Amino acid sequence: MTVTWGDLLTVSPLIALTLAAVAVMLAAAFFRSHALALGITLGGLAAAFGTLFVAASRAERDVTPLVRMDAYALLFIGLLAAAAAVVVLFSWGYLDRFRVHPEEYYVLLLTATLGGATLAASTHFASFFLGLEILSVSLYGLIVYAVYRDEAVEAAVKYLVLAGATSAFLVFGMALVYAQTGTMTAAGVSDLVAGLGDDVVATIGLVMLLVGIGFKLAVVPFHMWTPDVYEGAPAPVTAYVATVSKGAVFALLLRFLLPVSSDQGSTVFLALTAVAIASMVAGNLLALRQDNVKRILAYSSIAHLGYLLVAFLATGERAGLAVGFYLIAYFATTLAAFGVVTVLSPPDRDADRIDDYRGLGSRRPVPAAVFTVVLLSLAGMPLTMGFIGKFVIVTAGSGAALWAMVIVLVATSTIGLYYYTRLIVAMYVRRRDEAGPAATPLPAAPGGTLGVSVLGVLTLFLLVFGVYPQPLLRLVEHAVSVLPWP
Amino acid sequence: MILLWYILIPAVAAPLAWLAGRRSEVAARWIAVAGTAAPLALVAGQWIAAAGTLGETFAASGPGAAGLVAGSWIADLKTAWIESLGISFFLAADGLTLIMLLLTFALGLLAVLCSWRGITQRVGVFHLMVLWTVAGLAGVFLALDLFLFYFFFEMMLIPMYFLIAVWGHERRIYSAIKFFIFTQVSGLLMLVAIIALVFIHGRETGVYTFDFTQLLGTPMAASTAFLLMLGFFAAFAVKLPAWPLHTWLPDAHTDAPTAGSVLLAGVLIKIGAYGMLRFMVPLFPGAVAEFRTWALVLGVVGVIYGAVLAYAQSDMKRLVAYTSVSHMGFVLIGVFAWNELALQGVILQLVCHALSTGALFILVGGLQDRIHTRDLGKMGGLWQVAPRMGGTAMFFAMASLGLPGLGNFVAEFLILAGVWQVSEWAAVLGAVGLVFATVYALWMMQRAFQGEETHGLRFADLTKIETGIFASMIAALVLLGFWPQPLITTARQTVDGLQRMTAQSALAQPADPGEAAAAAAETETAGGDEGGAP
Repeated sequence: MTVTWGDLLTVSPLIALTLAAVAVMLAAAFFRSHALALGITLGGLAAAFGTLFVAASRAERDVTPLVRMDAYALLFIGLLAAAAAVVVLFSWGYLDRFRVHPEEYYVLLLTATLGGATLAASTHFASFFLGLEILSVSLYGLIVYAVYRDEAVEAAVKYLVLAGATSAFLVFGMALVYAQTGTMTAAGVSDLVAGLGDDVVATIGLVMLLVGIGFKLAVVPFHMWTPDVYEGAPAPVTAYVATVSKGAVFALLLRFLLPVSSDQGSTVFLALTAVAIASMVAGNLLALRQDNVKRILAYSSIAHLGYLLVAFLATGERAGLAVGFYLIAYFATTLAAFGVVTVLSPPDRDADRIDDYRGLGSRRPVPAAVFTVVLLSLAGMPLTMGFIGKFVIVTAGSGAALWAMVIVLVATSTIGLYYYTRLIVAMYVRRRDEAGPAATPLPAAPGGTLGVSVLGVLTLFLLVFGVYPQPLLRLVEHAVSVLPWP
Repeated sequence: MILLWYILIPAVAAPLAWLAGRRSEVAARWIAVAGTAAPLALVAGQWIAAAGTLGETFAASGPGAAGLVAGSWIADLKTAWIESLGISFFLAADGLTLIMLLLTFALGLLAVLCSWRGITQRVGVFHLMVLWTVAGLAGVFLALDLFLFYFFFEMMLIPMYFLIAVWGHERRIYSAIKFFIFTQVSGLLMLVAIIALVFIHGRETGVYTFDFTQLLGTPMAASTAFLLMLGFFAAFAVKLPAWPLHTWLPDAHTDAPTAGSVLLAGVLIKIGAYGMLRFMVPLFPGAVAEFRTWALVLGVVGVIYGAVLAYAQSDMKRLVAYTSVSHMGFVLIGVFAWNELALQGVILQLVCHALSTGALFILVGGLQDRIHTRDLGKMGGLWQVAPRMGGTAMFFAMASLGLPGLGNFVAEFLILAGVWQVSEWAAVLGAVGLVFATVYALWMMQRAFQGEETHGLRFADLTKIETGIFASMIAALVLLGFWPQPLITTARQTVDGLQRMTAQSALAQPADPGEAAAAAAETETAGGDEGGAP
């Protein structure tokens, strides 16, 4: 097996990310500068994004048995790179206040993105595991970046232990699947799922794989780590964990386990149905009782992953369309949500108490307006991408006659309305029963202008594609059409 | 193209009012006036231009279902929007649409005018929200693509939510969230029903579309149709509101600012009736016929329950809110009676209720601005203090109780006459509700305006703006009371089309199969009445 220049061109997005990580590291060795590191990182992400078009112009192909660069992989790599770039831009103002040299932060961000991109293109257990580990190990460092905070250390240790256990599950699951089928490719796993029958060992293997994936996606009952990690990690890193890490794993889920949805009576299907319903119910219910904005968003993301599972379990390209579009909407919304937390955060802590948001509408009208749009999008209100996203999921679910899940989705998103509107109310309405002095407003964070402008762009993205989603839908349609739909 | 302007003008005026409001409050108010008056003038112009054709009925051998819908349009606009999902941007207007649009913009204008003095906080944003609501309402009444309809249906919730939560009264947050959640849950049920309908149609024909005219007459099992109909009914019954889904209404109306109450009572709850007329019944006529008895029960209970509870209120605004529950009960039984008399009555009732209840809300709002209470126990003898206000209140209370000579009487009479042909007991019980209406209306007048003034209240009588608002509303109600023909003519083609669309279904038959034989003789007599209708 030889790798040709053509192959290298096709995987150039992955190479660009690798080179950028190395470049930041080398640059930091000679010349320590936050701005330089940021510039190289953004340049690397832009190069990765730009080379997607080079790769797209070439016929889709398998580069080694490990990765397949097709329209589907390219769409997700693009999404991950764009999300990483947004996180980088948020990090600038956030890290600048620490007065430390944060170059390694950017190296870790780039390697994590490389891991995510590998997952999106992975068609083999080896690249699956490799990508996942690159992603996870980088995240340990990122989560604990604000090392002087106790919560950060707690969050990182929790993530470390659980991610370690997850890897163990995954490897064991892979081993069992390999033992039964003698193959490690995505196609082999798909065939196995399609003709599973009563094969106990293979079923156990698949379930272990799903447990591993479930941990990464933070769906019930594998969600325990989410609120603590969301709360403890620095806000931009939380944004990254919530989007890139989950999105990459979801992309992989579709590639490996597509045929699950074609047999609605199989054990795996029923297990995933239970997981989806439990995630929607538990995520939304637990969010009700939270007073910490990051924890609210953590539970809400559990619910959103539940919605995504509904789309995944619906059959056909309509399901792929729903997954793809909803993920993009979820990325933009979540990034903007944590972006708001980031730009509001004072130097010593993250702005994650509900009290930090009281009266925000008059103190910081722009972040407040952005947060309003974000919350409405999370709640699935019209004019935002969240609405179209929820609509395509309900369409996909109804098309596959998954009525139980659709009804649960509808019912639980109503519960969701309550805590989203609670935050909106906090920003705009001064309650009459609030006696005593108002909560002390947060001091303006330094370097907020860049963050606020990025927020503006994200909001525009949410609104434009919320009103006219057709171009995005077509893009996703094209990308998911390359998957081997049953 | 003119249809697009109805949505665009208020939608564009909204951010302008907000921007202007940061410099000058008066500018924001005037922009809001322009943003509602301009489309009002446009609708009026279109109405006059189309007046000649709206009264025509379809030929006996009329076109098919889709043709009947399209046949009554005076304008339409259809462009691709989200092709991947079979969704188009599809607007169309017929006589009913014009009436609803007139109502929307007229009450939008009144809502802006009545806030001239009452709203002093965040004036720019307030008018942004009012105009945005108006734009959403216009979209709801124009949309003929079910997705687009749902889009506008949900969209206008957001500004209304803010209107209640930010500028509202005592329990505004509770009320706003309750309103939001009630409407959203029922709306989602409708969304599921819409999507299921689209898939059933798609499997049958291979065409996945949200276009209402193409979805008409989709063949499906009776049980499926019944479930889907319930999905639509849930959304519209909450909006209307029908007992027992009405509990959001008294809270939302009471705690909303005056402009919010006017828009809620005047236009927003009319979406329930409009949606039933336009979408629910034509899509599922058989299921509606099956459900008819239950709906009549719900409607009659609403009529009486709303009136009794209105009587029991000590908060004047809450009293007015409960009268809406009662009046919308009439609308519900009228829709489910589904004959020409009842449908014309329903449309007339929508307009007259919007005017009379809207006026009462403006009045209560004005009173609250002056004496800072809505508690009837703290009023009394106010006629002596403000005679013009007292006289106005008396007029609208009379309109609300259905005094002959005013539009409300004609509307309720037509509804009851139509319902009689379908179910006598529903008509009788509905008429009993009118007696209760007399009680609450007179009781309210007695407690607030009659008797001795003992609380030492002194305040200014109606301002010029208020006098102008009330004068125009009084004139409209009197006109509709003595000469409702223009409105009836405007809606005739729509009503005729709706009836022909469902002529093949069980809906054209009397409600209760058991009574059918006994009622045969009655139907003949009732048929005779029809000729003598106004």
